[in-house]
Amino acid sequence: MTRDSMARKHQPRKAPEGPRAATSAMIASLEAEGYDTVAAPFGHALVEAAKADGRIVGLTADLSKYTDLHVFAQAMPDRFYQMGMAEALLMSAAAGLAREGFVPFATTYAVFASRRAYDFIAMAIAEEVLPVKIVCALPGLTTGYGPSHQATEDLAIFRGLPEMTIIDPCDADDIAGMVPQIAAHPGPVYARLLRGRVPRVLTRWKPDYRFALGRAQMIREGGDVLVISTGFMTMRALDAAALLAADGIEVAVLHVPTVKPLDTATILAEAGRGGRLVVTAENHTVVGGLGEAVAALLLTNGVAPAFRMIGLPDAFLEAGALPTLHEIYGLTPALVAERIRGWL
Amino acid sequence: MTETRPPRAAANMSLALRAWNIRRKALRMGAVQGQGYIGQALGIADVLAAAYFHALDHRPEAPDWEGRDRFLLSIGHYAIALYAALMEAGVLPEEELETYGMDDSRMPMSGMASYTPGMEITGGSLGQGLGIAVGMALGLKRKGNPAFIYNLMSDGELGEGSTWEAAMGAAHHRLDNLIALVDFNNQQADDRSTAVLSAEPVTAKFAAFGWHVQRVDGNDLDAVVAAFDSARAVEAPCPRAIVFDTRMCRGVPFLEAREITHFVRVEPDEWAKALAVLDEGRPE
Repeated sequence: MTRDSMARKHQPRKAPEGPRAATSAMIASLEAEGYDTVAAPFGHALVEAAKADGRIVGLTADLSKYTDLHVFAQAMPDRFYQMGMAEALLMSAAAGLAREGFVPFATTYAVFASRRAYDFIAMAIAEEVLPVKIVCALPGLTTGYGPSHQATEDLAIFRGLPEMTIIDPCDADDIAGMVPQIAAHPGPVYARLLRGRVPRVLTRWKPDYRFALGRAQMIREGGDVLVISTGFMTMRALDAAALLAADGIEVAVLHVPTVKPLDTATILAEAGRGGRLVVTAENHTVVGGLGEAVAALLLTNGVAPAFRMIGLPDAFLEAGALPTLHEIYGLTPALVAERIRGWL
Repeated sequence: MTETRPPRAAANMSLALRAWNIRRKALRMGAVQGQGYIGQALGIADVLAAAYFHALDHRPEAPDWEGRDRFLLSIGHYAIALYAALMEAGVLPEEELETYGMDDSRMPMSGMASYTPGMEITGGSLGQGLGIAVGMALGLKRKGNPAFIYNLMSDGELGEGSTWEAAMGAAHHRLDNLIALVDFNNQQADDRSTAVLSAEPVTAKFAAFGWHVQRVDGNDLDAVVAAFDSARAVEAPCPRAIVFDTRMCRGVPFLEAREITHFVRVEPDEWAKALAVLDEGRPE
């Protein structure tokens, strides 16, 4: 809630014109029109990774069904630990298992990991550089339940934590690709998760795309605008780019699934080519996320293109139907395209 | 809950001497810095002597030996006491004693795993040790490793909600390889711990959480040794807790008599006096 909206306390919220949509179940999948979807890519990828790596175990804090970890729990029940609704225990026990040589994948919602369990992640896991993989559903604005479940500042929180690798995957292929790579990574990882039926986006635009930990990859070339995006906002950027192409505006999209450490060389090279408006896009508050990370990188390296940021406002967001909320906060392809057009 | 009433055997003098040596090393470290959590160190010395010279299966020359019993120091500020015990046990060389708390030392004021051999975890953010212990106990069971996990914690940490999350988890997962050691010195930063946020009745709490629990005088070595033995021998598949009632500054009567605080102030000229007083009480 913003101070402005406080003035509307107990009054109906203003939604866009048209039919009124209903808030879907909290666990609603992010289903995008026009893309094929895959069921529970994280759960299935973890099963495959665990078959190859006996160190992998799975833990959750009463959210296995809502993080797709139930697929792993059913396939490998003896390697699954239900820790109950106890996030401090989840993270400290994951640290203990890592100390004994295991590679724990610990799941919960992003709000609970970043807000409630932060000290345990900081001291028991990150300071000890233990290979705990924290995989969290409901990142940013992917639920209509309001601020209690909307992790709009998790990237900012974890970017400040030394040793933490941060991943915001775009689609089912990113998720399936990242699981074995983060399992093999020797340090702690925080990964945002899209769960349920997850779209396959990137290979439609770039058939040979494969997730590579730590790497930013050009998905689409274009000479007028460079969008640097992460998470599902890469999907929205690609869809916006298609809309803008119809107007003769050529938009390049650089997908940055690894938010920390940033692929600084690729970002500097692409942003430094000159002549293009640079726009960052993320499913996160504009405070402390990808946009500010890119801005600092460019400025400290003397690269100064025209620069804009698309993200969520510095506010507690409204509750409602997810499509409505994406309209309100400007995350739809049409609204992304409109803003870019306005900046040119 | 089990009441442990060990038979009054003759004092175990070799352990008493170990405890005295731990106190003396801790005092010497305090003298180097002119400060330190010496009250806690003197109070817990008997428990550490029983742990490292009676209960724990460990190899001083190989502190990372896979078969070792793990001893976690959740209370990072007790590091001065654990360093003394690790030196007495031969894990740390005594030559490093005078580096305590100095730049470039392997013995920082608050214990950290990456600095010190034998320091299993980074404690200090209180309320984390027991949860880490739960994970390590689960891990040992996965590996079929019969070692025990000991977690030394304070009565103040019983105020942290995470302690009770871990207590529930340990019982739920039937972690009979986990032994919580609670130093109940009834002192925390602002006041007596029972005045700040009372954990009493502490044994009833642990019992209600599904733990086997004992409460003994933590400065009575025979009682401490018997409690360790009982805790390991419990047949029920449950975690075990030993609550040790200890006295801050134990072994240095003029400090014991002082109004005890969390951070006991010792004047510069008093370190030598404290060592002299301790020496007068050296066990045979």
